Amino acid sequence: MYATTYHRASSLADAVRLRGSSEEAKYVSGGMTLIPTMKQRLAAPSDLVDLRHVAELKGISVNGRHVRIGAGTTHYEVATSAEIKAVCPALCHLAAHIGDPHVRHMGTLGGSIANNDPAADYPAAMLGLGAVIVTNAREIPADAFFTGLFETALEEDEIVVAVTFDAPERAGYSKFANPASRYAMTGVFVARRADGGVRVAVTGAGADGVFRHEGLEAALAGSWTPEAAAGVAVDPSGLLSDLHGSAEYRANLVTVMAKRAVAAS
Amino acid sequence: MSRVAMTVNGRKVSRECEDRTLLVHFLRDHLSLTGTHVGCDTSQCGACVVYMDGRAVKSCTILAAQAAGSEILTIEGLAAGGDLHPVQAAFKANHGLQCGFCTPGMVMSAVDMINRYGADLDEKTVRENLEGNICRCTGYHNIVKAILAAAQEMGAAGRQAAE
Repeated sequence: MYATTYHRASSLADAVRLRGSSEEAKYVSGGMTLIPTMKQRLAAPSDLVDLRHVAELKGISVNGRHVRIGAGTTHYEVATSAEIKAVCPALCHLAAHIGDPHVRHMGTLGGSIANNDPAADYPAAMLGLGAVIVTNAREIPADAFFTGLFETALEEDEIVVAVTFDAPERAGYSKFANPASRYAMTGVFVARRADGGVRVAVTGAGADGVFRHEGLEAALAGSWTPEAAAGVAVDPSGLLSDLHGSAEYRANLVTVMAKRAVAAS
Repeated sequence: MSRVAMTVNGRKVSRECEDRTLLVHFLRDHLSLTGTHVGCDTSQCGACVVYMDGRAVKSCTILAAQAAGSEILTIEGLAAGGDLHPVQAAFKANHGLQCGFCTPGMVMSAVDMINRYGADLDEKTVRENLEGNICRCTGYHNIVKAILAAAQEMGAAGRQAAE
C-alpha cells in the first residue's frame, strides 16, 4: 500500500470539508473493497476520509412498507434486521450472502453501491426494488444511479446517505457464486408490486454492470412463475465473457437464476 | 505517522505508526501479539480474524487508524488465566487442528458464531459461517466437530449460570 493520510469524519459536513482540503481523497466506510484495492496498489488515494463514525449514515427505519436504510448500515445489520425481514426478506437473504461473516460485519450498503462492482449483490437489489439513492445533495433513482462498470451518477465529493424504497409484494434473489471468490457470476433480483408491475435486475453478468431485463420483466408480469422465466431466452451480446464463463454461459445463468429467484419469492 | 490508541485484550495501548499500517501489523509488529496470523493477506483466509467492538473482523483488511478507539480482542486475550477458553479446549479435544496456522482465526470465528447462534448451532450453519476461514490440513470435519462441542458446552454453562 502506498502512503496515505487518515482522517475520521464526525459528520457529513465534516467529511465533505476534509475531502475538499486534500489532494486526492477517497471516502472509506467498511473498507472491504477499498483497503484490498489499496493493498494491491490499484488505488492510491492521498487521503482517506473515514465515514464509519458519521451518525447521519446510521439506522434502519420501516414505516408500513416504506423502508429507509442508512448508507453506513453493515451487511450484517441488514441481514439480521427483523424490521426489514418482515416486509422484504429477500433483501435480508441477499445481505446474508455477501462475502463472509467477517466481511459482513464491516462492509456497508452505501459503500457497495457507491463502488458499483459489476459482480456486487446490492446494485441488483437497488435496481430491482426501484430504490431511491439519497445523497448529501439530492435523490437519485436507482435507474439513473448505476451508470457503468464501477461508475455511478455520484459527483466526486458526493456521499450516499441512505436508500429508500417501498417493499414490493413479492421479491426474491438468487445468485450463482463464483466457486473461489464467491462474487456473483450472475445474480438476479426479481420484484413484483401489488399493481402487477415487475422489475428484474441482473448483476455479475453485464459487460456494463447491473441491468434490467425487459424480456424477463414482461414474462413475469404475465405469469409470476419459474416456468415463465424459464421460457425467456437471454441474448448473450452485451454480457461479460471471461475466464470464469462465456457470455453464452452467463446468458443461461440469467434465466436459471431468475427461475430460482421467483421460486424463492 | 499518527498516534493510534485502542484497547487490546483489556489493556489500553498507544503507538506511533504510519496511517497505512494494517491492524494485523499493528498487533504483531507494534504490540508483539503474534497469535494473530497473516495468511493470504487478501481478506479470504481468515487467519487474521480478531474481535473489534464485539464483532469478528479481518484485521488484514482494516487500518490500525480505523480501529483507533475500539476494543480489540485477539487469541491471546481469550483464555482466562491458565484455563483454555471452551472453544480452545474443544479444538484440542477434537483434534481440530494440524499445522495450527489457521487456528487462531478459526477459534475467533468459532467464538463469534457461538455468540451469535448459541447452543442452537447446527452443522450446516457452522459450515456456512466458516465461509471466510480456510484450513489446508484438516478438511474441516474436526473443526466443525470442535465448534459444535464447544457450542453445546457453552450453551450448557450459560443455562447453568442462568439457573
